[in-house]
Amino acid sequence: MFTGSTDQARRAAKKELEAHLSRKFNDYFDEEIPTDDSVFVRDPPLLWRYFVLPRKEGEDEAMADSDYIVSQIMAVNTKIENAYVFSSGKNMGCFKGVGYPEEIGEYFMLDRLYRAHTWTVHGRFPTNTQAWWGGAHPFGLLDTTVVHNGEVSSYGTNRWYLEMYGYACTLQTDTEVIAYAADLLMRRQRLPIEIVAKILAPPIWAAIDRMDEKEKRLMTALRMTYGPLLMNGPFAVIIGETGRMVGLTDRIRLRPLTAATRGEIFYISSEEASIRLISPHLDRVWTPRGGEPVIAEMKGYEKGYEKGHEKGYERIC
Amino acid sequence: MRSFVFPEFEIIRDEERCGSCRGCERQCAFGTHTYDPVADRLVSDDHKCAGCQRCVIFCPQKAIVVRPSPSFYRPNASWTREKIEDLKRQAETGGVLLTGCGSDKPFRIYWDHILLNASQVTNPSIDPLREPMELRTFLGRKPEMLEISREGEEVEIKTELYPNLTVETPILFSAMSFGAISYNAFKSLATAACRSGTYFNTGEGGLPREMRGEFGRCAIVQVASGRFGIDAEYLNVAQAVEIKVGQGAKPGIGGHLPGEKVSAAVAETRMIPQGTDAISPAPHHDIYSIEDLSTLIYALKEATNYEKPISVKIAAVHNFAAIASGIVRAGADIIAIDGLRGGTGAAPKAIRDNVGIPTELAISSLDRRLREEGIRNQCSIIAAGGFRSSSDVIKAIALGADAVYIGSAALIAMGCTLCQKCYTGNCNWGICTQNPRLSGRLNVEIASQRLSNLISAWSHEIREMLGGMGINALESLRGNRDHLRGVGLYEWELDVLGIKGAGE
Ligand code: SF4
Ligand code: SF4
Repeated sequence: MFTGSTDQARRAAKKELEAHLSRKFNDYFDEEIPTDDSVFVRDPPLLWRYFVLPRKEGEDEAMADSDYIVSQIMAVNTKIENAYVFSSGKNMGCFKGVGYPEEIGEYFMLDRLYRAHTWTVHGRFPTNTQAWWGGAHPFGLLDTTVVHNGEVSSYGTNRWYLEMYGYACTLQTDTEVIAYAADLLMRRQRLPIEIVAKILAPPIWAAIDRMDEKEKRLMTALRMTYGPLLMNGPFAVIIGETGRMVGLTDRIRLRPLTAATRGEIFYISSEEASIRLISPHLDRVWTPRGGEPVIAEMKGYEKGYEKGHEKGYERIC
Repeated sequence: MRSFVFPEFEIIRDEERCGSCRGCERQCAFGTHTYDPVADRLVSDDHKCAGCQRCVIFCPQKAIVVRPSPSFYRPNASWTREKIEDLKRQAETGGVLLTGCGSDKPFRIYWDHILLNASQVTNPSIDPLREPMELRTFLGRKPEMLEISREGEEVEIKTELYPNLTVETPILFSAMSFGAISYNAFKSLATAACRSGTYFNTGEGGLPREMRGEFGRCAIVQVASGRFGIDAEYLNVAQAVEIKVGQGAKPGIGGHLPGEKVSAAVAETRMIPQGTDAISPAPHHDIYSIEDLSTLIYALKEATNYEKPISVKIAAVHNFAAIASGIVRAGADIIAIDGLRGGTGAAPKAIRDNVGIPTELAISSLDRRLREEGIRNQCSIIAAGGFRSSSDVIKAIALGADAVYIGSAALIAMGCTLCQKCYTGNCNWGICTQNPRLSGRLNVEIASQRLSNLISAWSHEIREMLGGMGINALESLRGNRDHLRGVGLYEWELDVLGIKGAGE
């Protein structure tokens, strides 16, 4: 995404980004993201997508592709003025904008151009930052996306911790830290989601002190090590990944979350009303507890989803 | 030689009220009050008064008022009364001026220029009376990450964890040695620490043998340049070992406990002959480089079987952050930084009032430095020096400290009035003295109750303020400068603190 108040500024940012890309990647294909310009949106930035392969040189060679891409995203977001990467997946696309959700959907022609097994949608009233295109949800990093309802009062603490691991928080909103925390814990440190949930929304000490020795040891170690990643304040988040979707609320449940199923389809949302709008009839509707993740996985997820992908969900907890 | 110095205080006795009970005469170890049997009345020598207010509080008739003496020299912005009198004293004695407590000079107290945040609308504040509000804190090295193996339901941590201190509230008692303070004061701190889920610090004077069994579980023991009172048991009964390199009240210089204070019990605990001066050299004589410090850190880890975190305490001086970063790399699990206003039992006045930097700035620059180097989770920061209230503590946490040490505040809770005469050994409040007649005045039960009350009051207030910010665990405020704003500060000060100005 290229921002800036004039077309000239946007083009300049694009030029600078492309110079950077050509040094670090092999560009296979790029195009302007197709939009329906008959839909009125105010001040759209210049949106471009690039399909690239990493070209790692020198010291970077030892890096995993994913780490390399993340480091390049951080570099672009911090160093190139008016250029931001807000979608960086292989099999995941983020579309965002300022306007009503239906307008944004029409603007990007989501119904006409794209098909997917997992969709996350978020309409947000900018809580306490001015609305701008980069600040809209979801936040994506590689194949993980995060939408978030709430406010992270631990933002400053979360940010410094993540900065130590090379994440630069540039998008001026607190959801970013959740996306980066998910990336650090799930992708880089390979912690299972159940554990990650306990890091972001840990049980209270009074509950930990009552647990059996083994669990107590685990929870204590988690809180001790990852205290700075506790997400404080009210939140409900939905984390989307390849083949998997996770919902989580803060540990004292200051924000609502509802999960539901209908046939092969799994829903999760802040409010039941929005689920009913899409599917008036549901097989099962329930309210997860604060700090307890709801996990829905595509069939075949455990095997590595890419190989055998079937429809429907499995293992909901 | 006749002294040309005014008395500092003026004692006013209401003769109408005074019943000549001679209580004040007994209370004052400085010999200020004497009874005149002929006139059947008490007389006071203003010159001897330390202004400790003991007689005022204990006079059954409330007949005494002690106030600063109104005498003055011709007003002069440069030659203040203090400067003139210090100079006169030196002309009379030819010596270094000694004093006690932390610096009383008007260096900017940043706590009073920092304001806290609170939630409104978008982020609900949390009621600490209804919701859990967690202050539990771990002090020590944290792993970079946890490796976890999972087989079915079985979850196992594969990463080796480092030893950490667990404190139920981020307030610990600062190092105050038995010797500098009385046995009763020392024991009161230990009792209160154990009762309140926190720790006391033995300072460099050892841990009396009979206290080890009961109080080891809440003790941090110090290893200082004098190496007093150290044996294997001392190191192993404690929960952490602290190497004292420096102290905020007197960076760069050592300590001196005069022989008069080295009573039989102090001598036994310090493992030195009774009545000899206990001298702590300025540097550790085996530490002349960071490698030497590392050797000592690992020697202590070996001696304690890698089961205790090792802390290194340094004074906050100009380039201390770089030094501290080296100390972390040298293996320290905790860095204790003691700022400009840190207290002491005795220090040269010139040093106390002119060396070091304020704690507030020190916390922020140390936290930032360690973060920038990516080693912040390899150690915890305990900040010391001039904490006066729960709001000072919570601001320190938001600036990046893991916990704080309180010294003067703890002494005040026991009765100290900051009269700064600790170095005389005549503390009328029974705190900084080895005179059994004086130390007997401090009742361990009562003093430790006052200390526990203080910890509990401050902890309540911290919970209250945390809840107001919409945060229910202290770890989410640590280093969270977003919740701080400065007022009346220069740009450079805001930069060092890493906070925005109010309204920004
Ligand atoms: S030193 Fe203390 S006890 Fe003695 S006269 Fe002064 S105020 Fe009273
Ligand atoms: S400890 Fe005693 S001598 Fe020292 S300042 Fe306090 S009251 Fe005065």
